[in-house]
Amino acid sequence: MEQIRKRGLVRGVRPALAMAPFAIYTFIGLGIPTLAVISLAFRSEQGKLTLANLHTVAQGTYRIGFENSIILATITSIVPGILGVFLAYAIATSHSGMLRRLVAAASGVLANFGGINLTFMFIASLGSTGVLTVWLAAIHANPWHYGFNLYSFYGVAFVYMYFQIPLMVLVITPALGGLRPSWREAAENLGASSFKYWRTVGIPVLLPSVLGGMLLLFGSGFAAYATADTLTAGTVTLAPIQIGAVLNGNVIAGEENIGYAIGFGMLVVLSITMILYGLVRKRASRWLR
Amino acid sequence: MRRASTIHWLVALAITSLGLVSIAAPASSASVRPKASCNWATATSAVSCGGMSALVSAAETEGHLNVITLPSNWANYGTIIKDFEKKYHIAINSENPEGSSQDELNAIAADAGRSDDPDVLDVGQSFGIEAAQKGELAPYKVATWAEIPAAQKDPNGDWYGDYGGYVAIGCDTATVTVCPTSFKQMLDTGQGYKIGINNNPTEASAAFSAVFAAALANGGSFNNIKPGIDYFAQLNKEGNFVATTAGPATVQSGATNIVIWWDYLQASEINALPGYASKWKVVIPTDASYAAYYDQAINKGAPNPAAARLWEEYLYSTTGQNLWLEGEARPIELPYLVAHNLANAKALAALPTAPAGTTTFPTQAQITAAQTVVAADWPTEVTSGP
Repeated sequence: MEQIRKRGLVRGVRPALAMAPFAIYTFIGLGIPTLAVISLAFRSEQGKLTLANLHTVAQGTYRIGFENSIILATITSIVPGILGVFLAYAIATSHSGMLRRLVAAASGVLANFGGINLTFMFIASLGSTGVLTVWLAAIHANPWHYGFNLYSFYGVAFVYMYFQIPLMVLVITPALGGLRPSWREAAENLGASSFKYWRTVGIPVLLPSVLGGMLLLFGSGFAAYATADTLTAGTVTLAPIQIGAVLNGNVIAGEENIGYAIGFGMLVVLSITMILYGLVRKRASRWLR
Repeated sequence: MRRASTIHWLVALAITSLGLVSIAAPASSASVRPKASCNWATATSAVSCGGMSALVSAAETEGHLNVITLPSNWANYGTIIKDFEKKYHIAINSENPEGSSQDELNAIAADAGRSDDPDVLDVGQSFGIEAAQKGELAPYKVATWAEIPAAQKDPNGDWYGDYGGYVAIGCDTATVTVCPTSFKQMLDTGQGYKIGINNNPTEASAAFSAVFAAALANGGSFNNIKPGIDYFAQLNKEGNFVATTAGPATVQSGATNIVIWWDYLQASEINALPGYASKWKVVIPTDASYAAYYDQAINKGAPNPAAARLWEEYLYSTTGQNLWLEGEARPIELPYLVAHNLANAKALAALPTAPAGTTTFPTQAQITAAQTVVAADWPTEVTSGP
């Protein structure tokens, strides 16, 4: 008895030990800074406790920043979310294993592509004199003549699709794998049409995973910084860019705590997103074991 | 890059600020100083501590100098660093060359007490003032102190203007038929103008200065930057403004054929591109002359206090000033150099002609007020929201 209990204890300690480096790393890299952001958001430049920073960032241009960031994140989670599901489904049901592996690898790379490289890639291809623009202009389809502007809010949203769609493909592919062919066969044997199968089986099973994926995309779009910053020279007001201006810039000195307050606001939004994600995940995992 | 998104660099910044709290140890006196000589860490001039030869030997004994945020293609710093190392046999440790002024202040706070704490700073003026107010700088007056204009230095010697330039209009003569020479002319439509500024004016001082210059050209003043914001809003509405971060890449790709930027950066970053030496024409706008200078300062906790002071003496010597000039930046003592025939004539001729008369500068209070206006109004006026 004693022996068994001891073994159980050792068995419990070992995985914890294996986890320790990661846990410590996460605590130093994410935990401490998060606590620091929260604490500094409530302090004045002189270090006194205050609500003034939060008050400042809840109005005026900072409020617009939050609104724009939330709208941008919403657009760039719903549109690529839907496109990503269709793309992933098409790939998952294709008969080419090669294609599946290729798309999986490409998605892994592209989902992490961003920043100045991405910005310049789009300027060079779809800027007003970009390569693609020039080709399209040759067939009288210059997008700039039809209201397209790369350096605008919707331009940023468009560029974000480039990493959001692959991200959705990555997160939704396992869920599609959980949609067992035997369910579809069973439904068809019982006389269900394709539409009925999707309405009563496919969509209900997939919906929590799709929503979960979209929430991840929301977080990714909400917090992205370098791409929007380099693409638009601050003409699109977003919360992360405003943090950059006060914490990192060459112009505004001595307003770092405003940056922490915006950071705190972003933490709140992201925490809500993560809680919702946790809830839909629970629901999603019911079918997908 | 994108993954190094908000959270990640918030993290980095938060660690930096934590460093402030956790590293409470006082600056160690790692450097060995000759017993008899005075303490260079508190010397406010070379003369007060035994003169230049004493400074040189103390600095050479230290043997190291830590500099920060000095890109090698910026104002000729690559050559300056090499020349200083060769001349004095002092090894320069160059940290975070592409960083910002705020990065410099963060570094002296976070690295305090370490042997790699930056010795000297090169910052935008508001950051020099901020550091001085926090008591983080060691006052020091170089031998040529009197030649630095009073408006461009702290009377105490905490910070002092080093090099700078004018807001200038650069234009690609190969693709633009009529190159604009004024802010007013840039409003002309139908000329195919694709005008850019280098980054976000709430973040980058070059872009902020472009807005200030535009204000001066449009009825504004050092007390009123609003007309500058209105100007860019109009430019944007007309379609002449390309709201992206303009620079060598956007010029080469043709996304911008006109850039409003510091004259010295146009020279070192765009004229230096293959084929752009002659076709990229840089002029100071006829309707606005706005100049700004960066500042030098010595970190109070500098681990190499003598080398730090020698670096300043070197930068403000005729050699140092001319090296900046060769990087097409305007050294602060240029009028003195020109008056005494000490300036490198070829480098001087390569600069766009400066406007006649004495250059005036906004005070720090005027700049701070203008920054507040830009931070509040730029994102809402010159905007493309959803």
